[in-house]
Amino acid sequence: MTGAAMIEILTPGALATVQDLGRLGALGWGVGVSGAMDGMALAAGNILLGNEEGAAAIEVPVFPFRLRFEGAAGFAVTGANATLSLNGRRLLPWWALRAEAGDSLEIGPPEPASWRASRAYLCVAGGLAVASVLRSRSTQLRGAFGGHDGRPLREGDRLPLGTLSAAGHRADCGLVPPALALPLEVDGIPAVRALPAAEHYRFTDASLDAFWSEPWKVTPQSDRYGFRLAGPTIVPRAPMELRSHGIVPGVVQVPHGGQPIVQMRDAQPSGGYPKIATVIEADLWRLGQAPIGSRIRFLRTSWEAAVQALEQNRDWLAEARRLMDLRRMQERAA
Amino acid sequence: MSEDPFVSLLGTTAILFEAPGETTLDTQRRIWALAREAAAWPEVGEAVPGMNNLMVTFAMPPRDWAPTAERLRQAWAAVEPLPLDGRCIELPVVYGGEGGPHMADVVAHTGLCPEEVAEIHAAPTYPVFALGSHPGYCYLGGMDPRIATPRRKTPVLSIPGGAVSIGGSQTGVSASAGPSGWNTIGSTDMVFFDVGRTPPTLLQPGDSIRFRIMRVLR
Repeated sequence: MTGAAMIEILTPGALATVQDLGRLGALGWGVGVSGAMDGMALAAGNILLGNEEGAAAIEVPVFPFRLRFEGAAGFAVTGANATLSLNGRRLLPWWALRAEAGDSLEIGPPEPASWRASRAYLCVAGGLAVASVLRSRSTQLRGAFGGHDGRPLREGDRLPLGTLSAAGHRADCGLVPPALALPLEVDGIPAVRALPAAEHYRFTDASLDAFWSEPWKVTPQSDRYGFRLAGPTIVPRAPMELRSHGIVPGVVQVPHGGQPIVQMRDAQPSGGYPKIATVIEADLWRLGQAPIGSRIRFLRTSWEAAVQALEQNRDWLAEARRLMDLRRMQERAA
Repeated sequence: MSEDPFVSLLGTTAILFEAPGETTLDTQRRIWALAREAAAWPEVGEAVPGMNNLMVTFAMPPRDWAPTAERLRQAWAAVEPLPLDGRCIELPVVYGGEGGPHMADVVAHTGLCPEEVAEIHAAPTYPVFALGSHPGYCYLGGMDPRIATPRRKTPVLSIPGGAVSIGGSQTGVSASAGPSGWNTIGSTDMVFFDVGRTPPTLLQPGDSIRFRIMRVLR
C-alpha cells in the first residue's frame, strides 16, 4: 500500500466545491442537504469509474478549472459539455479516462452542444477521500464544514483520492448524458416538472396562469442557495405572513416582490415565504444545470408522474451501471 | 379547536403538516410529540418541527402520499403535549446602529422608537420552538406582537452571524453569515453551532433565550 494519491488544484475558477449526493438526517439541527446541483451527473460519473454512486467529486461552475494528478488515477468529467485537455490533449467528457502521475487537466468552458448545462463534475476513481462530516462529504458553505475545509476550493489545495474496490476497474467507454437520453422541453424551452405547494391557490388566477405558462429567466443572482427568476409579477390574493416551516430544494417561494425564487441544494432547511409550487426531486438536476440568463418553463405534474420520474432516473442509472459492469467484464476477459 | 390541520406536499420530498390556530407553546409541545412519533414510521426519513408545524421527509416516496397524511392527522388528534424544559441562556444585545441596519424599518412599521422596540424585544423569555434556517439557528416563540414587522420585500444577500432579527411575528438570532429576509435590529456574540460537539447545536427545542440590552444605538 502506498499513501493516498492526491490531486492539486492549480486554477480554482470560482465557487468550485466538493459535493456528494447530499447530507441527510441533519435538518433538525438547521443543516441543509447541500450535494451536487446535478446529482445525475455526479452519480453517472461515479458509475463510469466503478465507484459508489454517491462518491465525492468536485462541482465546477466557473471555467477554466485546472488541476494536477500527483499519482496515476482514473477520472471522468460529466455534467456540462466541458472542453477537456490533459497535458494539451483533447478528451471527451462523459468518458472514463486515465491520468498518469504529473498530468495536468484543464476543464474549459462548455462547448455548444445539443444539451445546455453549466456545471461540470470531476469524478475520480475511488472518490475524493475528504472527511465525512455529519454523514456526508458535501461542502456546507453556510456552516463552513464538510467538503474541503467547508469552503470553495483555492489554488494549491490538495485533495486525497480514495482507494478503489476490486470491482472497480477502468472501462474505456462513455455514457450519453441524461439530458439527451431523458429530454424535457415545452415549446422549445427546457422544462422542469412541479407540484402545487401549500399556498398555490392563494395567488391570483392570472398569476397562476403566468406561472405555469410563461418562460422564466434565470437571473445572475442565482447560485447554489437559490435561483432567482425573472418574469411576470406573481401576486397573492391577499398578503400572507407564514410561520416558519421546513422546506426542501425545489420549493418555489414568492417573496413580496412577486418574483419567484427556487430553493436549490444549499437552500436553508426552513423558510417562511409563500410557496407556489415545488420542482419535483426527479427534475432538480435539470434545473441545477440551467445557465444564468437561460429560460425555463414549469410543467405541472401529478404525484404519480413525479414518483415515476424518480424511478425513470433510477432505471437510467441502473442501466448505465449494468452496461459499465458488462464492459469491465469484457475488458478483463480480453 | 374546530379548525383542521393543513397538510400539503413539498414535491415528492416531504409532507408539511400545519397545526391550526394561534402560535402557542402548548401547540408546539404537541408538535414535538408528533415529531417523536412520526420519526419512527418506516416511510419517514426525518421529522422536522417548525413553528407550530412539522415537515416529514420521505425515506422513499410511496406510491400514494394520502395514507401518510392521514396518519399524521390521526396521530395529531391523539397526541399529548411533550413538555421539554431545557436550560436558559442570556444573550447581551447591542440594538440598532451598524449591527441593526433594519431597526429603522421596524420603527417605521410599528411607530415605536428604537428604545421601545429594544425594551419590548428584551422583555420575554423566549422558548426555542425549533431549529432551522441554517446550522444552529433557533426559532423562538413568544415575541410581543407590537414589534411584529413583515419580512423584507426582497431578501438581503448576507447578514452577519449574531444578527438579532424580526420576521413577521417571529424573532431569532443568526448563527452564521448568510442571506435572510428578516429585519435585523441588533447583534450579539455567541457560538450556536460547532460540528465538533455532539450534538453540534448549542440549543435544542425546549431550551430558552433571554436578551439583555447592552446599548441602543441611533
